[in-house]
Parts: sequence; C-alpha cells; structure tokens
Amino acid sequence: MLYINCPHCGMRSQNEFSYGGDASVKRPELNKEVSDQEWDNFVYNRKSLRGKHLELWQHISGCRQWIKVERDTGTHEIFRTFKADEEVA
Amino acid sequence: MTQAFRIENGGLINKDRKLSFKFNGKTYLGYEGDTLASALLANGVHLVGRSFKYHRPRGFFGAGVDEPYAMVQLYRNGETEPNIKATEQELFEGLEAKSVNCWPSVNFDIGAINNFLKIFLPAGFYYKTFMWPKSFWYRIYEPFIRKAAGLGVASTKHDKERYEHKYEYCDLLIAGSGPSGLASAYAAAKNGAKVILAEDKPRFGGSLLTSDVNIGNQSGKDWAEGIIAELKTMPNVVVKNRSQIFGYYDHNMLVMSEKVSDHLPATKKYHPNKRLWYIRAKEVLISSGSIERPIVFGNNDTPGVMLSSAAKEYLKVYGVLVGKKPLVFTNNDSGYETAIEFKKHGVDPIVLDTRKKPESEIIDEAKNLGIKIKNSYVVVAAQGYKKVKSADIASISEDKKQLGEIENLKCDCICVSGFWTPTIHLASQSGNKTKFKEEIDAFVPGQSKQNEVTLGAANGVFSLDETLKTSFKAGSDLSKKITENDNEVAIPNVVEKKSSQHDKFWCVPLPKGKNYKRFLDFQNDVAVSDVEIALREGYRSIEHVKRYTTLGMATDQGKTSNLNGLQLVSEIENKVVPAVGHTTFRPPYTPVSIGAIVGREVGKHSKPTRKSPMHEWHEKNNSVFVDAGVWLRPRYYKKGNENLFEASKREAKNVRTNVGVCDVTTLGKIDVKGPDAAELLNRVYTNAWLKLPVGKARYGVMLREDGIVMDDGTTTRISENHYHMTTTTAQAANVLSHLEYYLQLVWPELNVNVVSTTEQWAGAAIAGPKSRDLLQKLFPNSDVSNEGLPFMGYMEGDLFGVKARIFRISFSGELAYEVNVESDYGNFMWEKIIEVGEEFNIQPYGTEALSTLRIEMGHVAGSELDGRTIPFDNALEGLVSKKKDFIGKRSLERSAFIAEDRQRIVGVVPLDKQTSIPEGSHLVKDDKAPLPNPKLGHISASCWSVEYDNPFSLAILKDGKNMIGQKLFAMSPLKNKVIPVEIVSSHYVDPKGERVRS
Repeated sequence: MLYINCPHCGMRSQNEFSYGGDASVKRPELNKEVSDQEWDNFVYNRKSLRGKHLELWQHISGCRQWIKVERDTGTHEIFRTFKADEEVA
Repeated sequence: MTQAFRIENGGLINKDRKLSFKFNGKTYLGYEGDTLASALLANGVHLVGRSFKYHRPRGFFGAGVDEPYAMVQLYRNGETEPNIKATEQELFEGLEAKSVNCWPSVNFDIGAINNFLKIFLPAGFYYKTFMWPKSFWYRIYEPFIRKAAGLGVASTKHDKERYEHKYEYCDLLIAGSGPSGLASAYAAAKNGAKVILAEDKPRFGGSLLTSDVNIGNQSGKDWAEGIIAELKTMPNVVVKNRSQIFGYYDHNMLVMSEKVSDHLPATKKYHPNKRLWYIRAKEVLISSGSIERPIVFGNNDTPGVMLSSAAKEYLKVYGVLVGKKPLVFTNNDSGYETAIEFKKHGVDPIVLDTRKKPESEIIDEAKNLGIKIKNSYVVVAAQGYKKVKSADIASISEDKKQLGEIENLKCDCICVSGFWTPTIHLASQSGNKTKFKEEIDAFVPGQSKQNEVTLGAANGVFSLDETLKTSFKAGSDLSKKITENDNEVAIPNVVEKKSSQHDKFWCVPLPKGKNYKRFLDFQNDVAVSDVEIALREGYRSIEHVKRYTTLGMATDQGKTSNLNGLQLVSEIENKVVPAVGHTTFRPPYTPVSIGAIVGREVGKHSKPTRKSPMHEWHEKNNSVFVDAGVWLRPRYYKKGNENLFEASKREAKNVRTNVGVCDVTTLGKIDVKGPDAAELLNRVYTNAWLKLPVGKARYGVMLREDGIVMDDGTTTRISENHYHMTTTTAQAANVLSHLEYYLQLVWPELNVNVVSTTEQWAGAAIAGPKSRDLLQKLFPNSDVSNEGLPFMGYMEGDLFGVKARIFRISFSGELAYEVNVESDYGNFMWEKIIEVGEEFNIQPYGTEALSTLRIEMGHVAGSELDGRTIPFDNALEGLVSKKKDFIGKRSLERSAFIAEDRQRIVGVVPLDKQTSIPEGSHLVKDDKAPLPNPKLGHISASCWSVEYDNPFSLAILKDGKNMIGQKLFAMSPLKNKVIPVEIVSSHYVDPKGERVRS
C-alpha cells in the first residue's frame, strides 16, 4: 500500500485516496474550436508509461483536495507531491 | 496410550499437563507445549497423509513453516479447517485432526494406484492427457481429478470466529526472534525506538532453542529468555509470538497474521481468532533465519526421512525421538549436531558424510562421543513403504559420479542435511535484488530497494558471533538515526563451535538398473525425472519449468525444494545457478486464512449501512427494506399477506388516485455557494443556468467529458449565491468529486464552494392529485396554490414550528412536492404528514412503487443512465444547449453519437398484455433466427402499469425513434422466455406532462 505525502495533511495511507489519472492532461478551453484529434487526446489517449509519471490523486477520506503526485509506475516510488495549484518544476 | 518415543528428561514442554487428542479417530496423549506433529511422533505415528499426485505415504519432513507434507484437516469447537500444518498446530485438549488427500483411509488409499501409473503422469500431464474426447472433460475427467486432488475440505458453514484488523506504525519492525532479531531489537529498544518484534512460533529464540552455544556465560536459550523478558517490560516495545509477517508491500508496509486463538480449544469470549496487522515501519530488519535443505536420493519421501534440524528440534524442544535407530545423512557439520543430541539421549546414530575428510570442533566432539561416522558415503535409497525400515547406502567417488557397492543398513529414520538456505522471501518481496553467494550455494539479499536490512542466517551468515555483532550494530545504528539516542549496549561474548566447509553435493546419482523416484518437491510430487522431461521438451526459463512441472508451487511455495530444483536445471543446462535465477517470491510467505484477510468486513459489515431519520417509523410500519447503495430504503410496506407485487401496485395506485409519501432522504444533496455558482452549474449541466431566478428549481443533466450521461437531478436557487443541488442516491459521492475536480484543477478561478449536505436534510416526497390539499394543511400560513407555488417553484415554510424547504418537483409524474427539514426533525415531519394526510387517504410508498410511477411516465433513472447512454438515448436532447459550452459537449459530435439509427429510449408492451418482461431481456426482430441472434436493444426497466393495468417496460432500442408501432420479440434465455411485444412511446402515461403542472 502506497504511503502518500498529502501536501495539506502529511503522510497518509493509500486507502484514504482515490486515483485521478495523468496530471499533465490539460482540458481544452471552453468555447474554443477543438479538432477531433485534440479532443481524442484529451478524453481518451493516455500514455501507459513505465517510469516517472505525474498523476492526480484526491484525498477523498481526508481534506478532499486534489493533489499531484510524481510517482514511478514501475517501482511505485513517490518522488514528490504538489498542491493542485503548485507549479511542477 | 504410551508415548514410547518421548525422552524422560528434556524438552521445553510442560509434562505436568497431559492433553488428549484424536488423529484419524484414534485417541492419543501429548503434553502442553507440543505441536500436533511432535505429539504424534512421540506416539510413534509417522504416517500422516498421502502425496498430492501419486498418493505415496507421507510423514513429517520439517518441524515448522517449511513442512511440505503434514497438512491435516482440523476440527475445533464444532468447526473444521483444512490445510493446517501439523508441525505448526499447537496441541490443545480435545484436538481432532484427520489426514487429507487419501480415500478411504491413510493406510489404504485407492489413489496410490497412481504410484504404479506414474509413467502416465509425468511432468505436464495436466496439459497432455485428459484432452480427448473434448466432451469428457466436464463430465468425467474434471470431477475425477477434483475428487482425487486437493488438500482438505473447506467448511461450507458460516464462520463464527471473529477476525480483527489493526494498523500500526513503528520505527523498527523486526521479523524473527532468533539471535539476530533479539540483538537488533534490544539495541534499538535501548535507544528508545518504537520496536515491534514478531515471531511466528509460540516460543521466542529461533535457533537458540536448539543450538549448543553460550552467550554471555549462559546457554543461548537462557540468554534469549532474558532478553525477551526485558523487552517485554519496555513501553516502546511490542513483542508478538504466533505472529507471521507474510508480506512486504510498497513503502515499507508489512502485513502480519497473529494467531490469537488457534492454540486454544475454543476462542475466548471477545477475542478474535486471528488479528491481521498492517504495519508501516520506518526500518525493517529481516531476521527470518534459514531453512535446512534436503539432499536428493531415491525414495527420499518415505515417512521417517526428515530434515536433520527438524529431528534436533523434536528432541530439544519437544523431548521426542524421531527414531531409535537413526541414520544421519549430511554434507556439512549440522548433521553432526543432530547426531550428538541423539547420542546424549542414549541413542546410537550412524553418520554418513559425503565429504572425504572433514575436520572441525563439532566433528571432533562427535568422534569423542563414539559416534560411528562413514565418510564419502551416501544414502542411495530409503527402503520401506509406510515407514523407513532400512537404507541402501554406498560409498561415492571423489567426483561424486560413481557409487560403490550397495549395502543395506537397518534404520528407522534418516535425518538429512544438505546445508542451509537463507529465508530471503521478505527481502525479495520488498524489491531487493538478490545475489547468489557461492560459498553457501544459495541466494542472499543484495541491493535494497526499500528501508530493509537482512541479518544473520537470512543473510547467509551462519556464525553466531558475527551475527550478534552485526545485529547489535544494525539495531543501534538504525534506531540512532530515528531517535537520536546513542545508548551503548555491551555485546556479550560468544562460545560456539566452529564449522568446516560444506560439500556442494545435493543429489545422489541413480545406481545402474535402478529407477528410484528422487523427489525435489515433496508437496507436489516433482521428481528429478520430471524436471528432466520439462527441459527435454524445451522449457528453459525457470519460471516456465516451475509452471510446467509445478516445482515450488502450492502451499509451501518450495521452501525446501527451490534450490535443489535450480541446481538440477543449472546442471542439465550447463549453466551456473545465478544464471538460471530464482523464481519470483510473492506474498504470502505461508498460507493465511481468508478470514484474517477479510477481517470484520463480512456480510452487513462489508460496507456501512445508512438509515434515514425515519427508519424506525418504516420498521414499525412493516416496511420491507432494500439496499440502495449503502442506504436501506423501504421497498414496500406490507399489509396483511401482501407480496411485493400486490403491495407496490396498491401503493402506486394510491399515488395516482389520492396521495402518497415517500422517503427521499437518500438523494444526494450538495450545497453550491459563491458568486460564480451559476457559472459552475452552467458549465457542469447541459442546459442553461445563468438566468434561473431565486426561488426556482431546474432539472439538469450532467455529462462526463466523453459525452456519456453521468447523473441527473434538480438544482434550486435558494438565494442569490446559494444553490441546492440534488443527485441520484448512487452517484452522490462521484458528483461531489467531479465538482471538486473542476473547481480545484480546471477552473480554480471560479469563486465557488461545494459541500455535501446529504445527511443534513431529511426529505419526503408528497405525490398525487390530493397532494396540494395536504400541503396546504401542513403549511396553513403559506400560499401553495398553483400561482403561489408553481411547478418547479421553491419556498420556505413553517411546519408546525419547524423550518422547512418546499420544492414543487415531481419524479412520479403526478402533482407533487418535496419537503425537506433538518435531519433531526425528519421523523417529526414524517409523522405530521401521515397524521394530517389521513383524511386524504395518504399511504407511504416504497422504491418499488416509486419505480412503477417513474417507468410508466418514461422518466429515466439509474437503469437507463447506466454509463453507456448520451442525452439523446434518454430523450433528453431538448436539455442540451446549442448556445453554450459545457463538460462533454464536444464529444456529442462523435459520429456514433449522431448516427441516424442511434439507440433511444422506447416503451415496450407485451402483445398479450399479461406477460411481464424480465429486465435485461434482448429485443430481437426474429425469435427463430440462428444464434447469435442480432440484438436490437435491451429492456432497462419493467413494471406493472397501474394506469392501464398491464405490464410496461422501458428499453434502449436501436433506431428507437423510428420503431414506434413495430412488433418485436423480447428474449430472455436466463428466464427461458420469448415474449412478442409492441414498441410504444416511453411516455406511457400523461405524455404531455399536464398533471405535474395542474
């Protein structure tokens, strides 16, 4: 079970969180012309990569904040966590 | 009954307390502190079971968790449990056990014929035989194999025992209480670290209980007892026996199963049977020791052949001789230690050593005691069927290829030692890259991935002196990092006998003309010849060889067989062992009860049960409940002998003619507040929200980004910046997360807060033509006329002194209202509605009537919004704004979603107006068409229309828009029904929606 450092609450077990997918995906702006390809990339197409991955988690049984977690999908090592509005350098 | 193999003095058992127990129906005596295995051996019982494949007689091979054979079916306190290792099961008064995998009895087992058919049961026989004819598999082969195979029978009764889960955090978790575990725990505890020390056996001390060593001028055993006694007094230390750490998971999370009650005749009141510990440790010290490995020779599975360390443990811990004419077969000094123990208790052993001229202090001691030793000798084969009677032995050449003349030697047990295999399971599970250590012919932990250190024998260190030094230091160093204390602990001096190098010999060659089975894996009956076949057939990867032959599989996971299997593969392949590599170690290390893993989350406890504030009233009024998500909702209120069908029909009819009241507390409720609340709703819902006036409600549909309907519900503008959103019962949590996602990540500039208020409000839907009259009586000071409170209107009211919210919304399609009060007043509200409603013939109605009402109105619910439909499919396209953008809008342009023949909701009526259509039935054009019959749609919901008094269903049908009036068939192979039907509009009752506005 992963041990995730919630930037708001501190170290918490994985069972307090729910997974939210790739954090690098950006929703196209509202009311903007979007090509089929762009929209498909946003809704469906995801890289299933092995290695460092920036992903979203929500601390549903805690502060209910969405956070960003930098994690290795192969080893499950967690490198850093960020608040939703924090810039990932 | 005598215990003929029990020695007079010695052993750690309590001879003052005799225990009687039954094995295969026969009564025996043992002592407190025995295991089932030691007590049986004390009574001279060696035959405990039959082997898995050939049904060969099997006895005891080990004395603990490594045991491959001695699995029994246990009977305790009216319950039974299979797959219990006799070597681990502690004896208690009245214990009953039976052999498994034998029929009709362990002494005469019909399956043993497989032993003579073994030529037909080679490696991979599962894949090769029973393949033809195909139809025989289900009828003949599979049931036969099922009856013949298996290691016991699971109980079919409900388990009365309780199992607990516990979460724990600590600085150092130490797995195993042998010398390295004790030393590191002690040093860490002295530095003030929070320590958990776990031992799988009932007694602490590990190898110190059986080894002849001296630590700090005491015996190893006394030293261990002293350390444990002191650790137990320390508040920062938890010591746990009967506790097996069986899994090492991500981020230093380990799981331990504590057997709280298995050693007792019955579980004590309020005690669990087992307790599962989830332990998050900062540092983990693995001191799991090592397991002796066998030397492979002919018929090495005969009862009476066992590990020499096990024989020593039975003697020193349990005071039991495993034989009175023992033969010790060894390639290292450990065998001599066992021989010395036998000799000390007046039994003359013979030692066969594969080495030519070994020299060490231990061997000198054996010689001085007058023990007979034969060097460069091996056991070629054990003789005897149900018990060892003698051994064929022979000298062996220096290259270990040629056997000398075979001699037969009488003996009643063969104690075998092929050196030691470190127990690296936990380290390997943690992700540690193991490495092969040439000097000990075994793998040891290498590069750590998590915060884990392996110590002592588990790390391939067999010298006690070195083990203690490194373990004290590890415990001290690791705890210092955490507590910043540095309390020195004096390292005691150690007296131990030095060992000489072991012989890298592991398998005795077959003598000419003999074809003995030489077993590698005892639990699965995998012999040397099976692995040879697998390699001959082209299997190369050790993982494939494992799966083809079943080597190292099953409940013991190859604890005694893996390395010998690797040796064989590497020899045939002409590779070195590290190049072959070992198979992956996976949790659990040893079998864990399913009950322990499930814990208390069983039956009604598997999820929380939520009840509305009116629950007690429902109960008192004969409600029959149904699970709705985690809520319990009244399904119907039973009157007299009514069944579900009759009651729901009565309730629904009363709504259509008079007035009914339904508990709608379970609906999800979300408060949406802030200056940008309208903007958020406008982006979340498909329809327009910016112009909704205060005091008005609106129905809305929300989509996922892929265009699929996520949820629907009404949202009401309570005040300028305050909206009250409702969701379906099932989607409440998901919708809240959905809103939080967009507010926190996508549109953080929106100034809005959302919070769940589901539990804060109790809700009652009042529906039916007389509902306004009732409402007026409930709120005499409010104007609830059609003008004062029009359809989709909202107002606050005073319900006999309680503040209430009144919404004029309808799910039933009738003139209807929903009244909300704060939860604590829920019951008050409900009783007032029933009391005042009496003159209008009010009746409560449950979810079944609720469904009937909504189905015949064509209102969609969860069975239509099933994660596969878009607004059009549900006839909700009128709610999709063309002017503004919203979540999921772009997806609605997908070609499949705008196809001419897109699926759509329709009504379905059986032609005979009698036969109810099962939900899930497929709609097809031709009921006689060959399978697979093309499916045009499916029945999503069915009811008995109270308006027309005939069955009515909703369906999602391909090209539904153009199918009205068509005749199709509803087919349900599950219910074996074919029903001719007609497609009608989904709005079966009041298609113009006049009633809700009346």
